[in-house]
Amino acid sequence: MKTYKHDFPIFDNNPSLIYLDSAATTQKPRCVIDAVSQYYENNNANVHRGVYALSERATAAYEGTRQKVANFIHAKHAHEIIFTRGTTEAINLIAHSFKINAGDEIVLSVMEHHSNIVPWQMVCEKMGAKLTVIPLLENGELDFDAYLNVLNEKTKLVAMIHVSNVLGTINPVKKIVAASHQKNIPVLFDGAQAIAHMPVDVQDLDCDFYVFSSHKLYGPTGVGVLYGKTQWLEAMPPYQTGGDMIRRVTFEKTQFNELPYKFEAGTPNIAGVIGLGAAIDYVNHIGFDYIQSHEKALLKYATEKLFQIDGLKIYGTSENKSGVIAFMLSDAHPHDVATILDQSGIAIRAGHHCAMPLMDYLKVPALSRVSFGVYNDFSNIDKLIVGLENVRKIFA
Amino acid sequence: MNDLRELYQEMIIDHGRHPRNCHCMKDADLSKEGFNPLCGDRLTLYLKTDNQKILDISFEGSGCAISMASASLMTEVLKGKTLIETKKIFDAFHLLVTSGKESDMHLLGKLAVLKGVCEYPSRVKCATLAWHTMMEAVRM
Repeated sequence: MKTYKHDFPIFDNNPSLIYLDSAATTQKPRCVIDAVSQYYENNNANVHRGVYALSERATAAYEGTRQKVANFIHAKHAHEIIFTRGTTEAINLIAHSFKINAGDEIVLSVMEHHSNIVPWQMVCEKMGAKLTVIPLLENGELDFDAYLNVLNEKTKLVAMIHVSNVLGTINPVKKIVAASHQKNIPVLFDGAQAIAHMPVDVQDLDCDFYVFSSHKLYGPTGVGVLYGKTQWLEAMPPYQTGGDMIRRVTFEKTQFNELPYKFEAGTPNIAGVIGLGAAIDYVNHIGFDYIQSHEKALLKYATEKLFQIDGLKIYGTSENKSGVIAFMLSDAHPHDVATILDQSGIAIRAGHHCAMPLMDYLKVPALSRVSFGVYNDFSNIDKLIVGLENVRKIFA
Repeated sequence: MNDLRELYQEMIIDHGRHPRNCHCMKDADLSKEGFNPLCGDRLTLYLKTDNQKILDISFEGSGCAISMASASLMTEVLKGKTLIETKKIFDAFHLLVTSGKESDMHLLGKLAVLKGVCEYPSRVKCATLAWHTMMEAVRM
């Protein structure tokens, strides 16, 4: 099967590496690594400040990426794209600046990542608001009827994961928005696990906020994106304050800068943003047609093979599933599984996946997880299966 | 595969699967919870002590083979030891699993089977969870 493994230097430098942990972070293609080093070698200067050519080049590359991100997720305006440190910071920004009052309710699901739980918990504690948590169905899908039932006049925001980083479930995002908008409730999607795996059109979704990380999209770590509809971003106060986000400062009063700069205090991660731009070019070049059919084939192949292993149970069996498989192998603890696989050069994730409430809900202490990228192929899965047979031998 | 056998020796698999002294102790004088947030391993340690001596010790919990085996072996080794001896054993064990260095091996007995952990830095915390919980419980 065709893969893009040759674009990723990590595999040249680690020839026996079988990387099945793209949901944690993707590997980086040569073009992204080059874009970052080329920026430092040729164009390094601070943005939005210098009046010299070098700074103008840096600014053009940085702002060019903003437009690229806007095009990539089909945002109406580039100023609706705010660069953050990652998905986590983007959600923290919204939790900090979006107005929540005492008695308000925030709706999320059992399958949320800690990054979409803890910031809202903090807000609820501080403001006297309440978290409402939607349960799941047996196959790991959102209980949509339960979702419809909790929406009420007190609901201030729906904050939901687009694709589960554990179960792989792809949530019915359009339906979620349609139901909440009927009651004028805005919706935030945590797109960290979706952005590299399916086309995202925020205008078509009509969501109010969408957030994701560059490093799960073949881009550098330390960069994330917050998309917000202009009307919300205009109404929200800044998250952090300082340089670049101001229009005029006196000791009496400060006038804030316009969007998007209002939310980007201090010198941003310029190299990281430029690297993200290269990653978007790369993903566009490969195309989602390939990505989706490739990952679907891997998911099908791996699921079938894993089902054949005695005592292996897969968590998350929705028809609408992304390239993520979480499992438990009889009584072998996921950490032992991961250590044993690592000896054969196979990197998988083991643990609670930053989703402890989901682990409690599934009544498991931890899970093993494999996830796919454009560099994986069937032979990776065959080796995984051999590795798992090895685990069974050791624990037999 | 050989390296793995070094880590997952039969005794570890056995103690991991059938941990000894693994039960709640209702009349314990001391109990302490240990938690490894990185992997979600958790255990509760129960102690009965008299005059700085461990009369009885047990634990309950869930975790990987290494953490369960380490807790099980610890309870076997520490039963009947004084707290001073416990500290010495802890020091020798900690040195062994973090660096592979052998000192006071005569104190360790069966615990030596966990030496292989030193080759797996990400697993040292599994092997030491019960021990750190123990040292916190007796405040040493």
